[in-house]
Amino acid sequence: MTAILESSALIESFKARAEAVSAKVEQFATKQEALDLIIRLLQQEGVDDKPHCWAVWAACPMLGADDKTRLAAAVPGLKFDVTRELAADAKVGISQFDWALANTGTLVQGADEVDKRLVSSLPLLHIALVSTAAVLPDLPGVLTRVDPLKSAYLAFITGPSRTADIERVLTIGVHGPERLIIIMVDDLEVAA
Amino acid sequence: MKQEFRQSILDALSNPNLTGALGNFSVAYRAGRAKAYEGIDFEALRTEIAEIKSTASSHFDELAEQFTKAAEARGAKVFRTNDPKAVKDYILRLAQERGVKSVVKSKSMATEEIHLNKHLEKAGIDVQETDLGEWIIQLAGQTPSHMVMPAIHMTKEEVATVFSDKVEDGQKPDIPKLVKFARGKLRPMFLNADMGISGANIAVAETGSIVLMTNEGNARLVTTLPKIHVALVGYEKLIEHFKDIAPILTALPKSATAQLLTSYVSIISGPTPNTGGTPKELHIILMDNRRNDMAHDPRFKEGLQCIRCASCLNVCPVFRLVGGHVFGKVYTGGIGTILTAWFGALKESDEIQSLCIQCGSCKDVCPGKIDIPELILELRRRLAVEQGQPMIQKAIFSVVNNRRLFHTMMRAASIGQKPFAKDGFIRHLPMFLSNMTENRSLPTIAAEPFRDRIKKIKQPKCAEKAAFYGGCLVDFAYPEMGEAVVKVLNKAGIEVIFPEGQTCCGAPARYSGAYEVAAQNGADNIKALLAEDVKYVVSACPTCTVALKQDFIANLEAVGRTAELPAARQLSEKVLDFSTLANQLVEEGRLKFKPNLETSKFTYHDSCHFKRTLHADQTPRKLMKQAGYELVEMDECDMCCGMGGSYTLKLPEISAPILQRKLVNIEKAGAPLLLIDCPGCVMQIRGGLDKRGSTIKVEHTAQRLAESLE
Repeated sequence: MTAILESSALIESFKARAEAVSAKVEQFATKQEALDLIIRLLQQEGVDDKPHCWAVWAACPMLGADDKTRLAAAVPGLKFDVTRELAADAKVGISQFDWALANTGTLVQGADEVDKRLVSSLPLLHIALVSTAAVLPDLPGVLTRVDPLKSAYLAFITGPSRTADIERVLTIGVHGPERLIIIMVDDLEVAA
Repeated sequence: MKQEFRQSILDALSNPNLTGALGNFSVAYRAGRAKAYEGIDFEALRTEIAEIKSTASSHFDELAEQFTKAAEARGAKVFRTNDPKAVKDYILRLAQERGVKSVVKSKSMATEEIHLNKHLEKAGIDVQETDLGEWIIQLAGQTPSHMVMPAIHMTKEEVATVFSDKVEDGQKPDIPKLVKFARGKLRPMFLNADMGISGANIAVAETGSIVLMTNEGNARLVTTLPKIHVALVGYEKLIEHFKDIAPILTALPKSATAQLLTSYVSIISGPTPNTGGTPKELHIILMDNRRNDMAHDPRFKEGLQCIRCASCLNVCPVFRLVGGHVFGKVYTGGIGTILTAWFGALKESDEIQSLCIQCGSCKDVCPGKIDIPELILELRRRLAVEQGQPMIQKAIFSVVNNRRLFHTMMRAASIGQKPFAKDGFIRHLPMFLSNMTENRSLPTIAAEPFRDRIKKIKQPKCAEKAAFYGGCLVDFAYPEMGEAVVKVLNKAGIEVIFPEGQTCCGAPARYSGAYEVAAQNGADNIKALLAEDVKYVVSACPTCTVALKQDFIANLEAVGRTAELPAARQLSEKVLDFSTLANQLVEEGRLKFKPNLETSKFTYHDSCHFKRTLHADQTPRKLMKQAGYELVEMDECDMCCGMGGSYTLKLPEISAPILQRKLVNIEKAGAPLLLIDCPGCVMQIRGGLDKRGSTIKVEHTAQRLAESLE
């Protein structure tokens, strides 16, 4: 409990660090509010049931069957069965992360399932969900929690894809997403 | 020095894109790095990293074995070899067996080290670099000019031309558009590639994990989309424990690009499913290629603590002028010089090691805590042993070591130079010496050296005595600095003697790799200075002070003259630089500042040895502020002035622009007075300011302090 109380400073630090590297951060008390925002975002982005307009949502413990039904009904073109072809052709990718790191603004995810990596690397917009209670102070904190024997592909994401390879000019969106929206949800379980 | 090498330096210096980009970056990097490390105990962090890496390099074979078992237990295939050719053959055979037609690569210096691309391409396999900078230079047919920013030497116009010529006509020099273009062209290559090849930033033995860091996200695609992933890992990337990833991951992005963390980090511990559900075929190649040899060398083992951040390039006053191409094809800058000597051959470092001016900036920022300048000196020493010293150098040492002969020659020169001397400066030298005075005026040689002038100073008889170690510049060029030291110490009730047997401090020999000569210089000085019953041995030259305090010991050790070490240590304990001694005397209440002194603003130049070896940089600032002077810091106050002892003679092309940048920073500070604790820097900077017609006064701290005390 103390840890949760102390975590408000961690949450603020996480938000500030993530925004400093060009991510956008939102926080909601409930999952339903978060899903409402995602529906609005996908509609704004012009997600639709035709080529180049899909949104792909990787396997995600927070979504129940009824959530998926609601989302699919609200957003035509939103796909939960992610394939390589769909992801390569999608506008938006959505996935859930296991932890967040306060001192670097980083998201961390056990990403053995390839769809988790496809949706966060191929589309231009990536929407990342994470439990507000999953903010850890720093790298050593997360490395003691993850077990490489259980997660063969651990993915750390800090802001959108970037390069400064031409004349050192910072340019966002090279091979990965050019936008990263992080949605923190207060009523989500934290991964064990 | 071969003409070809000198020409490559001149080409680099005359490339405004390169010097502009690197020069601007070095300024931004300094500030950015400091900010990235805010709130972090850098010394503690790098000590931890140094220990992790040093322990690992003591056990490379065990760790490689442990890694192999762990990774294979997870389903990866591990191939270990000492031979770069075996690496190339393994990857090519694998590619051919699997019918691989196209390969996408994320940045890997190990693959560059063994020229892997060429090997695969010769066999008809298409190989695409996917890191934007690497792709640009691959298309342009060039090699990387920086370990982290491979295409930093190219302008957007050049990139647009390369893209237009090699990929698709009509590209405009607009950076966001060029980046989008690269994304669009490389994306299908990722999706269609049969094999992905990566390096690794870290390899963890206990879990068989590899760690990949990128900002662009290309390593994620290289390790996710193709069905086969091959990672080429040098032994030096091995660490034992999974938890030890944290300190390296904490330091690397901060030191490399002043980021808190790269956009993407992937920790891969075994194969994961491909799209379509088949398991990924994961091959990890652990390559020794002389890493073990290096680990068994007691001096160079330290070099394996490198985490490849390239901060030694970013703070180097020479690198920011010449860039990476001068250094060779793969590993560049300070650490690159050392790695080239080992992963290639010692003689490959023969020319590039001479680029090091020994300012020590890189040593201060290295997150692996590597004493890069010292290792470069060790290369120099081994090259000198292997190849012998050049004739001219031998001749110079034989003169320098014979003080009597040196005096005679210097005095002769002092008279001979008369037609060229004016107001205490030599502004032009005839003929072949002309490039020595092209960018700065040289001081005239004093008619009477300090060793003679001190005899004429009326000193009080005191119980407490200090021996003054002059060094060549104070003795022959700036005896007034020596007189100032005597004046200050006399005020504190200390009598100064000048032991006649003192000779060259050995720095010129040491910095040329001639350790036998340097050790003999040390032995002669130890004898002369210990013969006197004095409390302190004081010098007004930081290079000499470092020689007396540290290098005599190191030089004797290097040549195995261990019997003389106790005497060297005895001397070392008595040695102080002038400002440190003066500060001590002020604190003891033995020196008092004049009240109501007429003062001014001053700016201070940090001499390399004074700041980074003696760590005395704040002392003169404090003393002069106590005297009532107002300090105005200049930009890059601790950046080398380009003197570097004989460097200014060996590489005047590089020394000159380093000096010019320093002079601009001094003038920008706007103070009428510049204080320095090193007569070498005084010579360089005073001469440079004179050439520019500046009115800024340049003095040794001792001179201004002598006038500020009661």
